[in-house]
Amino acid sequence: MTKPSGIVRATLLKDLRLEWRSKDAINSMLFFSLLVVVVFSFSFDPTSEESRQIAGGLIWVAFLFAAVVALNQTWAREIRNQVLDAYRVSPAPANSLFIAKALGNFIFVLVLEALMTPLFIMFYRLRALGPAWQLLVVGALGTWALVVNGTFFAAMSLRTRSREIMLPLLLFPISIPAILAMVQATTAILSGEQARFWIVLLATYDLVFTTGCLLLFETVLNAE
Amino acid sequence: MKRLFPILGVLTAILLCYGLYQALVVAPTEQTMGDVQRIFYYHVPSAWTAFILFFINFVASILYLVKRRSAQDMVALTTAEVGVVFLTVNLVTGPIWARPVWGIWWTWDWRLTSTLVMWLIYVSYLFLRRFSSGGQTPTLAAALAVLGALCVPFVYFSIWFFRTQHPQPVIGGGGSIDPRMWRALLVNWLAFSCFAFMVCWSRYRLEKLQREVDEAHAMQSLLAPRGGVR
Amino acid sequence: MTENAPVVIVTNLIKQFGRFAALRGISAEFSSGKLYAILGDNGAGKTTLLRTLAGLNRPSSGEVSILGTNADAREFRDICQNVGYMAHPSLLYDEMSGMENLQYFARLYGITGNTRCAEVIKAVGLDPDLVRPVGQYSQGMRQRMSLARALLNDPRILLLDEPFSNVDVHSATEMVSLLAGLRDKGKTIFVVTHQASLLEAVADESVWMEHGQIVQRSPNLNRLGASPADRPGHGHGQR
Repeated sequence: MTKPSGIVRATLLKDLRLEWRSKDAINSMLFFSLLVVVVFSFSFDPTSEESRQIAGGLIWVAFLFAAVVALNQTWAREIRNQVLDAYRVSPAPANSLFIAKALGNFIFVLVLEALMTPLFIMFYRLRALGPAWQLLVVGALGTWALVVNGTFFAAMSLRTRSREIMLPLLLFPISIPAILAMVQATTAILSGEQARFWIVLLATYDLVFTTGCLLLFETVLNAE
Repeated sequence: MKRLFPILGVLTAILLCYGLYQALVVAPTEQTMGDVQRIFYYHVPSAWTAFILFFINFVASILYLVKRRSAQDMVALTTAEVGVVFLTVNLVTGPIWARPVWGIWWTWDWRLTSTLVMWLIYVSYLFLRRFSSGGQTPTLAAALAVLGALCVPFVYFSIWFFRTQHPQPVIGGGGSIDPRMWRALLVNWLAFSCFAFMVCWSRYRLEKLQREVDEAHAMQSLLAPRGGVR
Repeated sequence: MTENAPVVIVTNLIKQFGRFAALRGISAEFSSGKLYAILGDNGAGKTTLLRTLAGLNRPSSGEVSILGTNADAREFRDICQNVGYMAHPSLLYDEMSGMENLQYFARLYGITGNTRCAEVIKAVGLDPDLVRPVGQYSQGMRQRMSLARALLNDPRILLLDEPFSNVDVHSATEMVSLLAGLRDKGKTIFVVTHQASLLEAVADESVWMEHGQIVQRSPNLNRLGASPADRPGHGHGQR
């Protein structure tokens, strides 16, 4: 059997290739992200001072929306033609599938964020008073927090009724501490305050939940 | 075992009455808030009871993932359901208390906010139990319970830090407590715990009966297929 | 290994889905180098049996032993290297070509390079260089490619669920002779089908299932004995 890392790579490349081939899905996701930013700009007036103060929160809520739509999609592909069964009957370990899916989602959501962020910066005239590089760290840690749990719960929802609503239903409550941390960290950096506590909290959250999801994924995949 | 139930029931009823007496009569009136403060003796013990129940849920879920015994799954189910009820009591008594004292319904107080998030997590657990199909439910629910329990420290810690940065009126008060108030609190906690145990026990028995009925049906299907003769 | 050593041993296998019992106590042994036709009406439990042997379902009770390893054991994952499974859905990605699909699945089995993939695609009578995505194949082509995927890891045990459904006669006949060839090489092949006539010439044994039990096994495809209502319903499979 190939080494697990080889399986992760093969699965990730396969997913990226499939994503690229279904351009419709990507285009609609990109357009959706753009729409979210514009709708937010109409709901929270970008020219008022208060809005610029809550911009940190706005961005992350927008990212959250985009992430949920993306997460719902990526497992859908494994359900069509029951391809997931082909993976399950093979000797490949379940965790490799999880890591590959999580990484794929991570990349996908990062791409969406990369599109939405310049728009937000532009519309809300955002400027980082603190060290801007920390924003990248928060972006990565925060996105990973959403994606690792999101991938796990999306897999869990595969076998439930109302699959698409189950994902946010399960994801949002557990993500609240992480969301608080991401938003507070972003706001702190933008206003030049100390973000270290929130970044450390976010990193710890990521560590704990990545471990938890890895330990539990095989059980969830084979539950029946 | 069955005879224990009515005895325990009577004991719980006595404790609850005693708790009521302690809370409304014996405990002294609070200085600043007056008699409204007495809701404290329901607000706090209901949260403590819920924590115990959710801790049991966590342990039962882990045991289920390891041993796969139906009893463990039933314990997880009952403690989650009853725990959510007690948390609801806490969430409702909070605003009821806050309104007369501070004039607002919700104060984003550290503890109350954390309780709200916990409530959301365990309600989502109950939704998962309802929406997943038969055979998988115990396993999926146990996995979610473990992750949810892991989340609880993060919830409390993050919201606590957040609130120290943005202080709000605190429900449940800090500072020292008069020993008579402390006693009223503990008596009510004991009473609530007994009550929770009673309800869990009843729910457990109900669930057990339901599963036995299901198993009987399954056994019937096993021995004689539809339309077949034994 | 002697030609008739049992490679699959099922002991009192019961599988229940809630109140419905799909498998109601199956005990049987299956030897290597044989092609078994699993026959019976819809709802008899044929698919459930195959899925349990493939490791996709866990038994409610009873034991499944494949190549000497219990299905419940941790080491079962290694046995998967020797098992090939094909179901009615294609278990392939519609947006990729046949070769791309197989290249991916090959990695799951530790097979590197393209030679094996091309070999297996040619064996089922398809063109390895075809770039058309699988979603645009005809049903016959898709079933053949699905079979190719099941053969990728050169499994000792093949579990095929309705491989000939909706397939044109020509493709089906070719698939059957391919299976016969594999059987002659010592593989154990289970075929669930409603088109028993296709296997007339090649099946070593037919296994009739009814209401979650094996009711008869015979060396040809004919169903012996009286009507189903007279069959004993309790837990015995006849050998």
